[in-house]
Amino acid sequence: VIKMNIVRNVTCPVCGSLCDDIELSFKENKILKVKNACAIGEAKFLNYHQDRPKGPMVRKKGKLVDVSWEEAIKKSAEILLKASYPILYGWSSTSCEAIKKGLELTEEVGGINDNTSTVCHGPSVLGIQDIGMSSCTLGQLRHRTDLVIYWGSNPWGAHPRHTERYTLFTDGRFQRNTWKHYAAHSGITQLRKRYLRIKELTKSDSPPEIEKKTKQVHPMLPQKGRKMIVVDSRRTRSADAADYFLQVNPNSDYELIQALRMLVKGEELDLNEAAGISIELLEEIVDVMINCDLGILFFGVGLTMSLGKHRNIDAALSLVRDLNHRTKFLIMPMRGHFNVTGSNVVSLWQTGYPFAVDFSRGYPQYNPGETSVVDILSRGDSDAGLVIASDPVSNFPKKAVENLIKNPLIVIDPIESLTSSLADVVLPSTFVGIEDGGTAYRMDHVPLPLKKIVEPPIKLLSDEEILQRIITEVKKIKSERKQ
Amino acid sequence: MKLLIKNGFVYDPMNNINGEIADIAVNRGKIVEKIDARDTKTIDASGMIVMPGGVDIHSHIAGSEVNAGRLLRPEDHFKDVESKSEITRSGVGYSIPSTFTTGYRYSKMGYTTVMVPSMPPLEARHTHEEMDDIPLIDKAAFPLLGDWWFTLEYLKDGLIEECAAHIAWMLRATKGYAIKIVNPGGLESWGSGKNVSSIDDQVPYFNITPREIIRGLCKVNKMLNLPHTIHLHTNNLGKPGNYISTLKTMESVRDLSYNEKPVLHITHCQFSAFKGPDWNNMRSGADKIVKYINSHTHVTTDLGQVVFTDTTTMTADGPFQYGLHQLSGNKWVNHDVETETSGGIVPFTYKRSSPVHATQWTIGLELALLIKSPWKVFLTTDHPNAAPFTTYPTIISWLMSKHARQRIFDKINRRTKRISRLPDIQREYSFNEIAIVTRAGTAKALGLNYKGHLGVDADADIAIYNINPKKEDPSKEYKRVRRAFNRAAYTIKNGELVVKNGEVVQSVSGRTYWADIKTKEPIKIDVDFKKRFKDYWTVQYENYMIPDKYLHAPVPFTIKAEV
Repeated sequence: VIKMNIVRNVTCPVCGSLCDDIELSFKENKILKVKNACAIGEAKFLNYHQDRPKGPMVRKKGKLVDVSWEEAIKKSAEILLKASYPILYGWSSTSCEAIKKGLELTEEVGGINDNTSTVCHGPSVLGIQDIGMSSCTLGQLRHRTDLVIYWGSNPWGAHPRHTERYTLFTDGRFQRNTWKHYAAHSGITQLRKRYLRIKELTKSDSPPEIEKKTKQVHPMLPQKGRKMIVVDSRRTRSADAADYFLQVNPNSDYELIQALRMLVKGEELDLNEAAGISIELLEEIVDVMINCDLGILFFGVGLTMSLGKHRNIDAALSLVRDLNHRTKFLIMPMRGHFNVTGSNVVSLWQTGYPFAVDFSRGYPQYNPGETSVVDILSRGDSDAGLVIASDPVSNFPKKAVENLIKNPLIVIDPIESLTSSLADVVLPSTFVGIEDGGTAYRMDHVPLPLKKIVEPPIKLLSDEEILQRIITEVKKIKSERKQ
Repeated sequence: MKLLIKNGFVYDPMNNINGEIADIAVNRGKIVEKIDARDTKTIDASGMIVMPGGVDIHSHIAGSEVNAGRLLRPEDHFKDVESKSEITRSGVGYSIPSTFTTGYRYSKMGYTTVMVPSMPPLEARHTHEEMDDIPLIDKAAFPLLGDWWFTLEYLKDGLIEECAAHIAWMLRATKGYAIKIVNPGGLESWGSGKNVSSIDDQVPYFNITPREIIRGLCKVNKMLNLPHTIHLHTNNLGKPGNYISTLKTMESVRDLSYNEKPVLHITHCQFSAFKGPDWNNMRSGADKIVKYINSHTHVTTDLGQVVFTDTTTMTADGPFQYGLHQLSGNKWVNHDVETETSGGIVPFTYKRSSPVHATQWTIGLELALLIKSPWKVFLTTDHPNAAPFTTYPTIISWLMSKHARQRIFDKINRRTKRISRLPDIQREYSFNEIAIVTRAGTAKALGLNYKGHLGVDADADIAIYNINPKKEDPSKEYKRVRRAFNRAAYTIKNGELVVKNGEVVQSVSGRTYWADIKTKEPIKIDVDFKKRFKDYWTVQYENYMIPDKYLHAPVPFTIKAEV
């Protein structure tokens, strides 16, 4: 019989939902069982220890070789001090404590501090700075919302426990769980499909009826209870569960939102369809929106990164603002990495800006497009880089990646990544939330503690500690130079 | 560090020292009777004023709403930047400064303690993280408890002792200091898009009125022996004619006072003293409020003084902020917090030419000048709602000089000028009264026994201003007053010299006070409680509680409760 230690209420360091009810069983420094987590969370807790670098490395004669921590830290400090415009990028999968150190280091070396929102919800930030945002914490929705819209996001795949913990399938004070309705809905859909297929097989000479029947959009719309709308350019698993699915033409979200805004304001549309969706259906959707008690619009990267970018978000935020004249309506970005919200939040209170902060003049400056990392790299302006807790080589534009690896590059990451394989200094760190504690912010800005569960497999330092050592080294070299 | 401050004109109202020349000795962060001259640093304060360090009773400098304001307003930061130096970190202003800059700017004005008045309990960690990043000042935060479901449920059923026990638990869980109530009942209603419009309106679903919430929490406050009174942002704030509900609110707790002690603090009273049926006929209702406060002892208040500038409004009063957004057309942030509270942010510019803004400006000054006892009314701008805290020196000059305020009065809206009674007010504050409204009075109201005075054993938080009360007449030389209070000659924090000639010379971190209440029987954290917790919130009980060690420098304020 194996006797295992159990830790409860662990915060899951994977996505922005930041579920904090995970139960882990472990023995001899190894996690053996995961309860309550989704498949993504479980996979991380069970497999985090694979493919870990053994210790710090520095590139010598074109090859990464093992070195001591002192040497690697010194080399990092020298790279950053020598550079006139270094970029320090990543931050979304580490703790707020490490992010604070990162900002201090960036200020010390006069560089750019940018986080991954620059390639995900950066446009949301720009939209909010133009329009504002009517939002809430997620529990407010559990208790009160009766209309949930997922726009350009697929919670079924990316935030698997979002609906079960916060929106449709939860019991709140004023709103009840609607899983029974969805179970019935999907059961009846299956039955109908089967029935039609049998009918088709038995009466092969009659015209196929499936097409006609399935075009009837929402035969099961409940009179009461929560409703779900999904807007996406493709039919996702989330769309299957929705009461309404609006399949918007790719890159036409802006058109669709503005059409909805006009309808909300009571204007007639002289069109048959907008963005591939019939006006009759849109009118019905607007009716549902206006008549709900409290609506919520969650939007994902499908909206922020498709054509129009922050203009899409401007429009979505304005739609929700307009809806507040008629009923109560809220909106929230579906944040990806578990602490991308934290990287925005910490940067805000220390510098006044949420991302793309330029310290090269000694004070914080902010002008996304000019001071954001992708643009700096695409122009080839930077002359060194530090990447932490992210893998830009795998997702940045080609030109940006070329410039990133052309210059000296430091990577702090618990695992081997494409970026770390091309780095000049590799500083392997512990996994925040598994091998180290800290603070992270949920997508609705609720702060939660991350727990240390087990010791790292080999002697590794935390992100925070590595950054502190680099800061100390930078300050030391600076004061030596002065003397 | 040992310090001796020599030959200054000392203003220490709590110890009845009114501008007399005296020496102040400091050892190990405390004020001491005597100190021997060896290894003692001497500060020559001759010709200068020595006061206790400033204590701000209400200023939004940290927390989720402040940070959302920073996010909303990059344009606020572009025009006001602070560079990194050998000692200080970089940052930005103007109305919502970044954390480091906030600490430096307060300290440069001689302030050493600041209260953060609205902390959503669920996001308390955030408030504490930010407060830990604000150097040079001591802090404490007030959790928002007026619309918390536990409060509403217990008070509705008349279970006052259970309510008290749970509030004590909450202050421990969030490391809070006092009970903050914002638009009681209104915030819960705002969860479904509604509001309450008088203190006797029913809150939907909960069958309780704002009056019952205020009275209930006032009783709880007494049972728990909290150092501060309940800290109340009134119903109907920022609406014409709201002075009536403010009067009703004050009257509603009159019978709960004992030994003539205050039991209620009406915060940023200027916003709650509007007269008139609508915006076109809005007038000052300060006279009625003043009359009430002058004839009663159970209420203290602070100003929320307007200064004509571009600023950012932020309160937990969600419905009020939505109204302000509709009124101004400015961008708007709303943030509802499950089970507890709400919040909103709208950028705002106060203009001299606007009859409403000009009236608001006169209301604040009327309150300050007509309330007779300075121990009842304190200087705030409800930072950043009516103006940023950096405008305090300007307001001090208005209070000390009729001429200074007349100069502004001459330029305000004509209709307001015609009906305002501000020009009839002759009163000018003395330095002693300024010391009361900015430090002694606030420290007393907050129950901070070691702050706001310079007696033996007080914390060595001291401000020295370069102005000579014997030679310079503040009434005429109001510009000198403004300059002196803007840039302290010296600020001493916890016995360390941190500011000299208005520049930070050393950065030390401040402490965080919280109310550690010992109830006779602590509430049972049993299965039932945890079940309720799980139903109400979306985080686990264990992750909600903030452990002591999470704060950098926590100072528990241990109190024995009556329940």
